[in-house]
Amino acid sequence: MTRDEQLRISDISKSFGSTLVLDHVHASVERGEFITLLGPSGCGKTTLLRIIAGLERADEGTIVLDGADLLPLPANRRPLNMVFQNYALFPHLNVFDNVAFGLRIRRIAESEVMTRVRAVLDMIQLAPLAMRRTSQLSGGQKQRVALARALVNEPALLLLDEPMSALDAKLRAEVRVELRQLQRRLGKTFVLVTHDQDEAMTVSDRILVMNGGKIEQAGPPSEVYDHPSTRFVAEFLGAANLIDATRTENGVETCYGPLKLSRGPSWERGTLAIRPERIRVSAGEPAPNRLRLRARDVVYRGDHFDVFLEPGNLRMWCESSNALRAGDEVAIELPPEHLEVLRD
Amino acid sequence: MTRAATSHVNGVVTAVGVALLYLPLLAVAVLSFNRSRFGVGWQGFTIDWYARVLHDEVVMRSAWNTLLLAVGSTALSTLLGTMLALGIARYRWPRRIEHALATLIHLPIVTPDIIFAAALVVAFRALRALTGLFELGLETMIIAHVTFQISFVALVVRARLETIGPEIEEAARDLYAGTFDLVTKILLPLIRPGIVAGALLAFTLSLDDFVISFFTSGPDSVTLPIYIFSSLKRGISPEIHAISTIIFTVTAMLAVALQSLTRKCET
Repeated sequence: MTRDEQLRISDISKSFGSTLVLDHVHASVERGEFITLLGPSGCGKTTLLRIIAGLERADEGTIVLDGADLLPLPANRRPLNMVFQNYALFPHLNVFDNVAFGLRIRRIAESEVMTRVRAVLDMIQLAPLAMRRTSQLSGGQKQRVALARALVNEPALLLLDEPMSALDAKLRAEVRVELRQLQRRLGKTFVLVTHDQDEAMTVSDRILVMNGGKIEQAGPPSEVYDHPSTRFVAEFLGAANLIDATRTENGVETCYGPLKLSRGPSWERGTLAIRPERIRVSAGEPAPNRLRLRARDVVYRGDHFDVFLEPGNLRMWCESSNALRAGDEVAIELPPEHLEVLRD
Repeated sequence: MTRAATSHVNGVVTAVGVALLYLPLLAVAVLSFNRSRFGVGWQGFTIDWYARVLHDEVVMRSAWNTLLLAVGSTALSTLLGTMLALGIARYRWPRRIEHALATLIHLPIVTPDIIFAAALVVAFRALRALTGLFELGLETMIIAHVTFQISFVALVVRARLETIGPEIEEAARDLYAGTFDLVTKILLPLIRPGIVAGALLAFTLSLDDFVISFFTSGPDSVTLPIYIFSSLKRGISPEIHAISTIIFTVTAMLAVALQSLTRKCET
């Protein structure tokens, strides 16, 4: 695939009062990509999205969209649209007029407005509700209207600010899949903001994990999950065991003894991470990084057991079949290829 | 006390309260249909007093003045009050200044009318000395009414504006709306119930106002409240009862309309 950069965010900084919310952020988005800004509340993800939308001003930096400088334009002149967290539908207009709003403001001929609004309403299966008041819609329907109202304008970029946070858990899971399918079908660039790692993993081509106003790591979901580069990323996406380590000649020394790694660390003292599901119960054959530990607690979690091991505090998931009990001694392996060397 | 007894006491207290509020008005209404010119003895039903009022040129001119004053001042104050509310709510004021402005629009509401009236008289005198205009009459009364009505309109409209979250406006901007489109297509339609309620309130206040009208009126701009006040000096007549009853009925109808609008606002 050839790189076709559509959006370039360079050196964006923003403070509210004395709080630095965005700290020299750089990012690049390709055409047709589904990008997710993932992070805890207060990490600056929403502010970055609002700066792209023109609802907030950046203190420094530039954003280029399709070769043109975006920041000098006011929000109403930017060729992109946004789906708001609480949908922000216009309560005095019905579904059709809500969706038609952007087209009418741009003085598009009414006949074309009709065609385009109908087409979009058909696409998201809302045509029968066109004349309803927005107050008569369910949460899921409102969310679709918000999506239609943005997409009907054929934006170069669609911004989504936690669009599923107001939906219940079951509906959210369905909407995620639909959203992903929709994006594929349209081939449009979507930029989504969320604090929900499952959501990010499900929909994204690439995830930008944000923390403290910076992008900690950017990459496809599998890469970010399997190869976290910082403590924050390792712990924010899924569960992780963090192990303090000191570099030695052929590996590292830890509180579990010497461990072998698939690549040498660049630091003298630092941290390793391993996911609970990557720790194996030893099959008996000799293997690197074999440890004998005791199961302190075994918690039944339905599809797996959560096992806490001592000494130390390693957490391991194992299948229900090889049932362990608290107090059992167990031999485990930390496969070197799954021991991730963290940057910090 | 048992629960039943308590609820009886509550019922009686409520009845007494309502009676205190409305018995005098009811008495006036009854007397306006009494054939007797003097005293309160009932001498039979008549609508003569109403007929006489409707044929009385002075009364009718006063009624006309009252209406002109109410309509004119309401139109002006609704426009200005709405603009004031929009300005306070939507311009990015520093927080402290926004609070100060909110207090400033509340202040005229609690200021005694008589003080307001005296201040206006002084102001008009000064303006007259400077410009030669502002001769006391209907125009000065309209200005005077507008000055106190603005607060009420701004207050009602601002309350309505506050129910519209910033996201709605951001969504409109995101959908290409400039300031003009934002105001005409989003804000005004959304605050319209507030504007209508504010206008009704202003209109009612103007109809009823005596103190400020009395101080700022001229010889040719007598309104019904002023007329009633001056007639009282010559003794209470059944005509006055008839006028009072009509004014009360109109005001009550406006109040009912206002209340149903407020309720619609809340849903």
